[in-house]
Amino acid sequence: MNLWLILAGNSIAFGGLLFLLSAGFSLIFGLMRIPNLTHGSLFMLGAYFAVSLISWGLGFWPAAILAGLGVAAFGGLVERLLLRRLPGAELAQVLVTLGLSFMIADVCLLGWGGDPISIATPPELRGASRIGGFAFPTYRLGVIIIAVVFAAVLWGLLDKTRLGAMIRAGVDDPAIARVVGIRVSRLFTIVFSLGAGLAGFAGVIGGPILSVYPGLDQDMLPLALVVVILGGSGSLVGSFVGSFVVGFLYNFGQAMFPELAYVVLFLPMLVILVLRPQGLFGRAAP
Amino acid sequence: MKRLALALALAALATLPLWVGNGYYVNIASQILLYAIFALGLNVLVGYAGLVSLGHAGLFGIAAYAGALAINNGANHFVAIVAALAATLAAAAAFAVLALRGTGLGFVMITVAIGQIVWGVAYRWISITNGDNGVAIATRPSPFGLSLAPAPDFYWATLIVFLVAVTAIAILAASPFGASLRGTRDQPRRMTALGYHIWLIRFLAFLFSGLWSGVAGMLFLYYNQFISPQAVALGASAEALLMVISGGTGTLLGPIVGAALVVIMKNVASAYIERWNFVLGAIFVAIVVFMPEGIVPGSARLARWCLAKLRPRVTEVTGAATPRPESGL
Repeated sequence: MNLWLILAGNSIAFGGLLFLLSAGFSLIFGLMRIPNLTHGSLFMLGAYFAVSLISWGLGFWPAAILAGLGVAAFGGLVERLLLRRLPGAELAQVLVTLGLSFMIADVCLLGWGGDPISIATPPELRGASRIGGFAFPTYRLGVIIIAVVFAAVLWGLLDKTRLGAMIRAGVDDPAIARVVGIRVSRLFTIVFSLGAGLAGFAGVIGGPILSVYPGLDQDMLPLALVVVILGGSGSLVGSFVGSFVVGFLYNFGQAMFPELAYVVLFLPMLVILVLRPQGLFGRAAP
Repeated sequence: MKRLALALALAALATLPLWVGNGYYVNIASQILLYAIFALGLNVLVGYAGLVSLGHAGLFGIAAYAGALAINNGANHFVAIVAALAATLAAAAAFAVLALRGTGLGFVMITVAIGQIVWGVAYRWISITNGDNGVAIATRPSPFGLSLAPAPDFYWATLIVFLVAVTAIAILAASPFGASLRGTRDQPRRMTALGYHIWLIRFLAFLFSGLWSGVAGMLFLYYNQFISPQAVALGASAEALLMVISGGTGTLLGPIVGAALVVIMKNVASAYIERWNFVLGAIFVAIVVFMPEGIVPGSARLARWCLAKLRPRVTEVTGAATPRPESGL
């Protein structure tokens, strides 16, 4: 078995997972200008929802979808009840999302306890598949396929539909978008719910690989942050490419320099920030 | 009047271990003072420069780790303190160069990332930082032969450092440099037009702020005789920011009140409430939503508002026009 090939495969699978997490983060940041610090918490919340749903006898996939919807509804509420009250006060919004992330983490600890909970791999994706002579866990292949499908759907949504055109207009210039009659504040709710739902769904999908534990939120949030800074905010292509870059950096960093894995992860981000502050695929601020 | 209040407060602080008696509460007072130094330092950036850092626990932690490692490698306390502060200043300079690429949200995100790197190094670089187990030091220093091991003595030492910090920051805030720093916060473009080097002013403010974070970090190390990655995590940075924001940014008293509030909540309330993190988050959300300017200015506003609410009844009789109550939201 070739260790490097396995590591590369794992990196791609992890990148796919990160894409599900960070696509919403990037859209929220691009449209609403909020670095949503609850994003890791939403990921964890989705995974915990699924743990409960599965323990009540639901299958993996229905649980994943329901958990995603549940987190989306929660995100919509947060946007409506809290973030909406602080229009334009970006800093206040950052702080509110930070405060919320503490609250969510504590509620999860209260509700699901402190022990790591592993989500069982769905039976149809257990075992390993052979591709070109080497075995690779089927579930991780499934994650890659799901990520690619979601990327295609999101791209279609943003590029081909009326809603997508409105979102892009909102990202480009919220003031002018309002002038031409787009209800940007309603887009905020939609995008925030969509991003939250994607994060929650990603949490469930990541469950069989990462399992769920207190602190998962703080582990995932910086990764989403790095992806968006690397790729550029509000850019779907950026978060797609950024996710795989981070997936590789994270997995290879952990394998090769386990003590400095975080430095390997964050250093490229800092280099990008210094050389190209808007990210690889972001447009320069006007 | 103001001088009298200041003198009374100083007298109360200086004699605190004598009238509190109980060592537990003296230790809490020491904690409040050391976190107040941290919050005051952070406030130089957040309040006066308008740059919100969510990575200051990194600087706090670098000082504490550098000090602990120096002591454990045989350095005496004086050398360790100097080394720790030098390391903090060097790190603050590097962080400032990176973080000042952005302002506003960009600055916040870069500081989060830098803070996470420091945390990751502290947590993972086990051969140096001992990972999750942290680094312990054997003794507190004994300057001029006075041991700081007993709680009251440590309190007085912390109080002296605290008073130096407050004085230094008050002088800075009142100086022309402080005025130009506030200028870069409010009118960066106008300041550039007037010929000020905005980047340099912000850079120096970052260094100054980092230095006091380092001082607080060293005090934290001596207080606990222990440092672990917990003190460097994002949560610690957020707590420091909560102290600054809850008390009131850009004031001298605000961060001190905020530090007292958070430390008391953490130590006293957490004895009764198990879910401290939830309370912390809820306070955060409530303060941002209901009292965005912080407790010190916010209470002043509420008091004015209440007075204005009470006054109309009196003034209606006299028939004078009533000033409209200020609505802060």
